[in-house]
Amino acid sequence: MTANAADKRDYSLTGPNSGPGFTPSEWYSSRIPRKRLKELMKRSDRPSMVNYSIWLGFVLALGALLIVTWGTVWAFPIAILYGVFYGSGADSRWHECGHGTVFKTQWLNNFFYQAASFMSLRNPYLWRWSHTRHHTDTVIVGRDPEIAFPRPPSIGVWISNLLYIPALTGELNKMLKLSFGKLTEEQKDFLIEADRNKAFWASRIQLAILVSIAGLSISLQSWLPLMLVGLPTFYGSWLHHIMATTQHAGLAEDVPDHRMNSRTVYLNPFFQFIYSNMNYHVEHHMYPMVPFHALPALHEEIKADCPLAYPSLWAAYREMIPAVLKQQTDPNFYIKRPLPADAMPTPDYQRPVLQAAE
Amino acid sequence: MATWIEACAAEDVENEDLIRFDHNEQTFAIYRSPDDEYYCTAGLCTHEEVHLSDGLVMGHIIECPMHNGQFDYRTGAPRRSPACIKLKIYPVKVENGTVFIDIGEPS
Ligand code: FES
Repeated sequence: MTANAADKRDYSLTGPNSGPGFTPSEWYSSRIPRKRLKELMKRSDRPSMVNYSIWLGFVLALGALLIVTWGTVWAFPIAILYGVFYGSGADSRWHECGHGTVFKTQWLNNFFYQAASFMSLRNPYLWRWSHTRHHTDTVIVGRDPEIAFPRPPSIGVWISNLLYIPALTGELNKMLKLSFGKLTEEQKDFLIEADRNKAFWASRIQLAILVSIAGLSISLQSWLPLMLVGLPTFYGSWLHHIMATTQHAGLAEDVPDHRMNSRTVYLNPFFQFIYSNMNYHVEHHMYPMVPFHALPALHEEIKADCPLAYPSLWAAYREMIPAVLKQQTDPNFYIKRPLPADAMPTPDYQRPVLQAAE
Repeated sequence: MATWIEACAAEDVENEDLIRFDHNEQTFAIYRSPDDEYYCTAGLCTHEEVHLSDGLVMGHIIECPMHNGQFDYRTGAPRRSPACIKLKIYPVKVENGTVFIDIGEPS
């Protein structure tokens, strides 16, 4: 049995739910003394330099190993590892540098933002503005352009999204259209006029690089150049997306409280490194000013006011999978995260657009 | 015409930090720079009207707590998107340990 049409919500940014979301002051934040918050927000190049050097070091070393072992059976496991560092590692770093909090030195943020955007095949301007809206209106239907799992979720799309393949072909499609200066109505809703030309040029440059790499592969009659640049986004982003699926899937919509619409999940150190600590997702949304390396400390600061963090990726999936299956027939179902007894309750809320519709 | 009002004690603002100051219907941000100068801007970010007082001062930059947009608080000029529109700035003077702002003629 599937949900009937009347139960389906319109997630488009130009449809009936696209009215106002919540005002900034309506969103809940756990209290942190200003002095401590300033310590947590403090920018520093050092921890990020260490993290990014290790990451880039692995990308370069594994890329070199892939060249050396190309044509042998060793190329296969090395390509898997290379893909994870390139595709999954870049996807979380694109996001962090987009917030501008990674490095104290701004040009480093900008440099890695552009590089990681290319490595994840994302348009840096389009995604900056889409992500800005995602932070203003996190999981607010008709406002948030980044709701990955609209209800009722299609299981096929859900599983293929885990591997990010349809989304990546979507990004390529966007790249092509943007190169020709074309924007959809939805994109016009969040991408400001002043950045549209920059978005078009960024896509043209990304496309030119990809076409050059493809040309090199053809002239060398070898897949190797494309396996090093371009294709790793396809064969290596899966780990990032398996982790990123836990961010909001199956949780409440239209609630101005990140404790209710986002998840914090404990991960092993390797996953956490690849994912740039984005497993502290409640914390990231509540305080986007805090750089990735301070998120574990922020978590300690506010965890008594938040639902219990999931002990593992598997624990999060064990809750998400049945919820997503149930949403097939009941799109109104969602996982309600219990707050600790001493936590501040979610404030009363109601979306203005829904009030108006009553 | 200049309209000076008392905003706060100079020591209320920590070095390289800011505080919020509300007056009638208006809200302001009062800054103390690393070189101990005082500045005042409109209190709300020009992007989506978030109080800048929850943001982070770094040198002469205020970073908005919502989307990390940045402004130079001395001139109000936007320095990083999504902040694109200039912040209003107000003249400031410090007399006998008290910060006064002139809310008559913002620039
Ligand atoms: S509200 Fe200040 S940058 Fe968006």
